[in-house]
Amino acid sequence: MPFIPHTEKDTREMLDAIGAKSIDALFDEIPAELKIDSLKHVPEAVTEMEISRLMRQRAKMDGTPMCFIGAGAYEHHIPTAVWDIATRGEFYSAYTPYQAEASQGTLQTIYEYQTMITELTGLDVSNASLYDGASALAEASLMAVRTNRRVKTGRVLLAPGVNPVYEKVAAAIAGAQGITFERLPLDASTGTIDFDALPNGRNPVAVVLQQPSFAGTLDDVDRLADWAHEQGALVIGIVNPISLAILKPPGQWGKEGADIACGEGQPLGVPMSSGGPYFGFMTCKQSHVRQMPGRIVGRTTDLDGNPGFALTLQAREQHIRRSKATSNICTNQGLMVTAATIYMSLLGFDGLARVANTSHANTQTLVDGLCAIDGVERLFSGPYFHEVALKLDRPVAPLLSALAEQDILGGFDLSEFAGSHALLVCVTETKTASDIATFVAAFSDAMAANKRKSA
Amino acid sequence: MINQMDKNLIFDKSRSGRRAFAQAPASAATASIPANLLRSDKPRLPEASELQTVRHFTRLSQMNFSIDTQFYPLGSCTMKYNPRACNALALLPEFAGRHPLGPVSHGQGFLTCMYELQEMLKDVTGMKGVSLTPMAGAQGEFAGVAMIKAYHDARGDHGRTEIICPDAAHGTNPATATMCGCTVVEVPTGPEGDIDFDALKNAVGPKTAGIMLTNPSTLGVFERRIKEVADLVHNAGGLLYYDGANLNAILGKVRPGDMDFDVIHMNLHKTFSTPHGGGGPGSGAVGVNNRLLPFMPIPIVGKREKDGGDYYYWLAEDDLPQSIGRLSGFMGNSGVLLRAYVYMRMLGRAGMQRVSEYATLNANYLAARLRDAGFELAFPTRRASHEFIVTLKREAKTFDLTAMDIAKALLDKNYHAPTTYFPLLVPECLLIEPTETESKETLDNFVAAMIEIASAAKDGTQFKDAPYTMPVRRLDDVKAARQLDLAYRPEET
Repeated sequence: MPFIPHTEKDTREMLDAIGAKSIDALFDEIPAELKIDSLKHVPEAVTEMEISRLMRQRAKMDGTPMCFIGAGAYEHHIPTAVWDIATRGEFYSAYTPYQAEASQGTLQTIYEYQTMITELTGLDVSNASLYDGASALAEASLMAVRTNRRVKTGRVLLAPGVNPVYEKVAAAIAGAQGITFERLPLDASTGTIDFDALPNGRNPVAVVLQQPSFAGTLDDVDRLADWAHEQGALVIGIVNPISLAILKPPGQWGKEGADIACGEGQPLGVPMSSGGPYFGFMTCKQSHVRQMPGRIVGRTTDLDGNPGFALTLQAREQHIRRSKATSNICTNQGLMVTAATIYMSLLGFDGLARVANTSHANTQTLVDGLCAIDGVERLFSGPYFHEVALKLDRPVAPLLSALAEQDILGGFDLSEFAGSHALLVCVTETKTASDIATFVAAFSDAMAANKRKSA
Repeated sequence: MINQMDKNLIFDKSRSGRRAFAQAPASAATASIPANLLRSDKPRLPEASELQTVRHFTRLSQMNFSIDTQFYPLGSCTMKYNPRACNALALLPEFAGRHPLGPVSHGQGFLTCMYELQEMLKDVTGMKGVSLTPMAGAQGEFAGVAMIKAYHDARGDHGRTEIICPDAAHGTNPATATMCGCTVVEVPTGPEGDIDFDALKNAVGPKTAGIMLTNPSTLGVFERRIKEVADLVHNAGGLLYYDGANLNAILGKVRPGDMDFDVIHMNLHKTFSTPHGGGGPGSGAVGVNNRLLPFMPIPIVGKREKDGGDYYYWLAEDDLPQSIGRLSGFMGNSGVLLRAYVYMRMLGRAGMQRVSEYATLNANYLAARLRDAGFELAFPTRRASHEFIVTLKREAKTFDLTAMDIAKALLDKNYHAPTTYFPLLVPECLLIEPTETESKETLDNFVAAMIEIASAAKDGTQFKDAPYTMPVRRLDDVKAARQLDLAYRPEET
């Protein structure tokens, strides 16, 4: 029997010890009319060899196309050691560290993670993770409402650059508690906030700023953070952790710094894997820590006075506070955090800066190449990190299909978001000059073929 | 031996200028970004060699108990073996490298697995629709209660704001109700572990949005009057939510849909053996009956015919306009879903049933052995499901052996402790769940360890200072909360 060790003799002896005639008898408290004889649609079992063959066939159907899509998930080189160690059984098959003395490995790893992610974001404290970047915004908004008690509106203002899917997720999760989300005005030429049109006196409980923005642009974070604080709002920064090797961390935005930072942790050593599992990170100022959702690890001492690690501030959590908890979150994304901690340890600041700088330089090369093609120009002026919105003179979808046929994923179709033919492209350190040249040539050919077709 | 382990932080191994093998070519090209947007300080990340890093985290891993190294009978957590093949196949380069927004033309293999997983989960739960997107049990609960709310709201029935939870419920249930903007009505448990039916009768009414139940309950026994409970709640206009934490107990035997539940979440990281990873990732797929189909969270994988073959694609906002919406940036914990898919295929139809049979056999055997050894079962007249509760209230009173003491003493005997002090209504309790993948020898040895601890306690041995053999002794939780040290900042100490 797959994964079940019982011999017939074992089963018999165990039933005798229980005093039951058969295994079926153990289910005798379940009303007979509810029981079923067999499932109907689950297929019969296959061997490990058979499922391996099937999965390899299916994997082959998906292929390994050259990817220039970002839009919230980013392809980075993951050092071999990261998942080699993260999938050791002692990390992989452990539970949430409730028995601290028998979980020091997980707990110390989380403490080291909390150190690294607070260093990167420039804030004081971190939790042990949330599900992903999008749901982290929902939790950050709820946290802002609990923290900023002077403001009763439940109104959260989002910079125009906040990922539109994050807004949907935050509204779906936080909406039931009366939180509403409104957008701040966009400067259509730069793709950043229109500072001249900022709405004063709206009493926002929080203002959310995403840097780099969904469309890849960079906002004047200092100015917006100061404006938000003047309005009495907390500042929530959504950031890409890789970008923080070169961009100003949320803790240093404006005169006071952001109050809460959150975002998608996936770029830190987690494979793209069709969307998950990733992890959401969240850091904040020390003064807000008791409103933070999720697990938090603290360093303390044991009976002998030696240092050790334990889950702490558990009075915020659902298993203690039940209906009055800061969140219902229980299981988070522990293994992904383990991977991210190993990733950050292997790269160090210098390595992370190399990844960030190379991604930025590669993106510049691609943008220069693509904008040299007739009918392609930048949608927005101004600086960017590793993702850029392009304006095309024709529909994007047919071009992307033509590129996909050559196993090139040419970017994310931004048309719906931008209201015109627009494409969001991203290049990370994983692409060589020749990869970029291949993409530019294929794009140019696709534009030419498309023009002939429509002419 | 284990106490001699190097317990330094990775930062202690850091030396300025040391680095691991370069993972990206050097490049300096930030000139185009204005200086006021750039970082001016250098965050403290480790500067260590690759070997130092590998050795550090390998050693940390050795400070953990895990399923792969110890018996881990943590009640309500279903710590069964996580087959290696599930991990390896989910991490095939094509799957691991697939961008979530990649075209479906480059995702038919992945989407086929997801569609088939939806179908298999419908079968094991008896529900009509499945959405895989919730990222953990608690998010599945949120999706479930949000759908119940959306259902009532769509009918103009706005007065239903109460969610009923048994007092034995997992803390996520009431916390979820609050997140959905509902208030919680708690109902007590009867003496034999079933819900107090009369109290439930008084609790239901025109304000009832629904009830959240686990069956078998967190007390490790099957709710025998489930049909009457369902009728009572349905007749009052409420819906029934099934918390799938304990699905391992009934897999292939009874289906929540047949018990008249309207919505269920499944913990794929429990029942379907995806790893717990030291605190996640989980996966909390939800199943619904016909009346909640329009409200399912998106995206969902759909199938249609194209060029004479099956073609898989995403169902999104346009397909389900009444959906409660999106709960994740993409489609949830897809890599976890792949692992669950592989596991279910390897077990197959008959294997699903064997899971609940042997999980139940192991739990009842362990309960019988412990009872015979003198331990008191919390519900001695009942069959155990896949787990059961021992109460140490007698031992605590007569020779000061508490649930906490026995938990720590077990660590010294190389067993992970059962769940302690949950459910809250049983004093000094151990919630014990052996799972189907443990052998009789393991269970026998565990019983022997429990007997040894109890007899040592009777002979006057105290376990207040246990454990003794772990990397650390018992930790000061009060200090951890009062003198917060949540990150390494040597300059502040």
